[in-house]
Amino acid sequence: MKPLMLILVPLIVVLCLSSLVIGPAGVGPVESLRALVAGDEGPLTLVMREIRLPRMILAVAIGASLGLAGAAMQGYLRNPLAEPGLIGVSGSAALGAVLSIQTGLSAAFALALPFSALAGAVIAVLLLLALAGPRGGSLTLILAGIAISAMAGALTSLVLNLSPNPFAANEIVFWMMGSLTDRSMLHVWLALPIMVVGWALLLPLARPLEALTLGEDAAASMGINLVRLRWQVVLGTACVVGAGTAVAGAIGFIGLIVPHVLRPLVGARPGPLLITSALGGAAMLLAADIAVRVVLPGRDLKLGVLTALVGAPFFLHLVWRTGRTPV
Amino acid sequence: MSLLSVKNLSVTLRGRPVLRDVSFDVGQGELVGLIGPNGAGKSTLMRAALGLIPSQGASSLAALPRVLRARQAAWMPQSREIAWALSVEALVTLGRMPHGQRGTVADRAAVDAAIARMDLDPFRNRTATRLSGGEQARALIARALAQETPLLMADEPIAGLDPEHQIATLDTFAGLARDGHGVILSLHDLGLAARHCTRLILLVKGGILADGPPAQVLTDDLMARAFHIRAFHADTPDGPVFQPTQVIR
Repeated sequence: MKPLMLILVPLIVVLCLSSLVIGPAGVGPVESLRALVAGDEGPLTLVMREIRLPRMILAVAIGASLGLAGAAMQGYLRNPLAEPGLIGVSGSAALGAVLSIQTGLSAAFALALPFSALAGAVIAVLLLLALAGPRGGSLTLILAGIAISAMAGALTSLVLNLSPNPFAANEIVFWMMGSLTDRSMLHVWLALPIMVVGWALLLPLARPLEALTLGEDAAASMGINLVRLRWQVVLGTACVVGAGTAVAGAIGFIGLIVPHVLRPLVGARPGPLLITSALGGAAMLLAADIAVRVVLPGRDLKLGVLTALVGAPFFLHLVWRTGRTPV
Repeated sequence: MSLLSVKNLSVTLRGRPVLRDVSFDVGQGELVGLIGPNGAGKSTLMRAALGLIPSQGASSLAALPRVLRARQAAWMPQSREIAWALSVEALVTLGRMPHGQRGTVADRAAVDAAIARMDLDPFRNRTATRLSGGEQARALIARALAQETPLLMADEPIAGLDPEHQIATLDTFAGLARDGHGVILSLHDLGLAARHCTRLILLVKGGILADGPPAQVLTDDLMARAFHIRAFHADTPDGPVFQPTQVIR
């Protein structure tokens, strides 16, 4: 695991610096970084501190969150196809955001959109609590998550369907593609504390998830509290995914692919996979967010579109490889 | 010394009584075979005794806090699940979890001893999920041994294994009992139960019908009442032979 850290951490540092110096302003990297650190009242400092810095921080935080939550979900459900969106929180957060755009609330008040998205995420968690109960098994949890996702998806479609305002409909569609463009430090301060709570819930799950390799019964007999584990996974995932969706929209595939790719490199152990996937997720989202700026600079390529465009074929390749050599 | 004491244990699942007023004690050096027809409550009895499912009555294990319980008894469920492609060594190391699993000298010694006892040294770095069924079963027993508990409990540990692995597995458990462990196994093979167990508990419809040495439990009358079968039995120089022969209509 240590050599892997020695690769991932410097990679993230390099990507962070690249993320800070790449942009349409067309200023040299040294000058950009000097403006960020030294700072004056000039426009370059403003660009660095109010546009690029929050964008970089959010890419790291949301990428790490998605990787971590993906590893936790896969470990908890003992299924490499599980992903953070499975519990329906991202779908419900998106619905909350869509409603705020449709009603015009987001235009009236800058933070209305992330707040509505968070409200959507909270409602999803309350529904999960009610549907999956404190004692139900992981199957009940998945089924409840699928039902909530389907409901949120249907309601989102209904809003689009009945939208009398084509501009709002357009904005909704673009928002749902996911992006980190034009996010401010306000978004960082809104999302980061909630994500940190999520990390604090998910990172200590290394040992219980390791024990779960042998099944729920064996894990319980080794002293693992399954009920607590279950709620820690659900609430931790809800925090990071809800906050991430609230500020960046729906960004798929990172939570699915990153743990999948890194698993063989940690000897398939679900415990070390948590922190490794968090680092891998941060690196992947940083890279994707740099790519959207470099590939089509003038066209506002959406982050979620890119992660899916890269992620889906990559996933197909993994499935094809898995089919040939049994895991 | 008693390692497990169960008193008047009852379990009701979805309003249906599955276990009724079961009491028994298991001590050091005993290899107890839990036998009975399908649905008699063998798995339920072990899981309730371990405190994995809610029950009425008393079990000395279920009464313990989680971690202490995990240091007292190791449990091998029937599913033999290995969800991820761990190495055999990583799998066996999971057994150290109730002891902190901090890679201490004691942890490493326990893992090495468990791997050696189950003849897994050549497989140490192999991927557990790619081993044969018999080898996986051995790795999972090694995992339980690494837990270093006085009591070992396994649900149908020889189901699905070939004769060589069935006999070898029961020999291992018999050896552990001789070394002072208490062992409780649920078994369907009455012939192997007769040869290896020091004591049999016959469970029928959630209650104990008989409890004693194999010769006292595997009688014509009890086999007819519990399983509706007739059996051939004989004492040979190689030990007792018990072979069910026909169903009594």
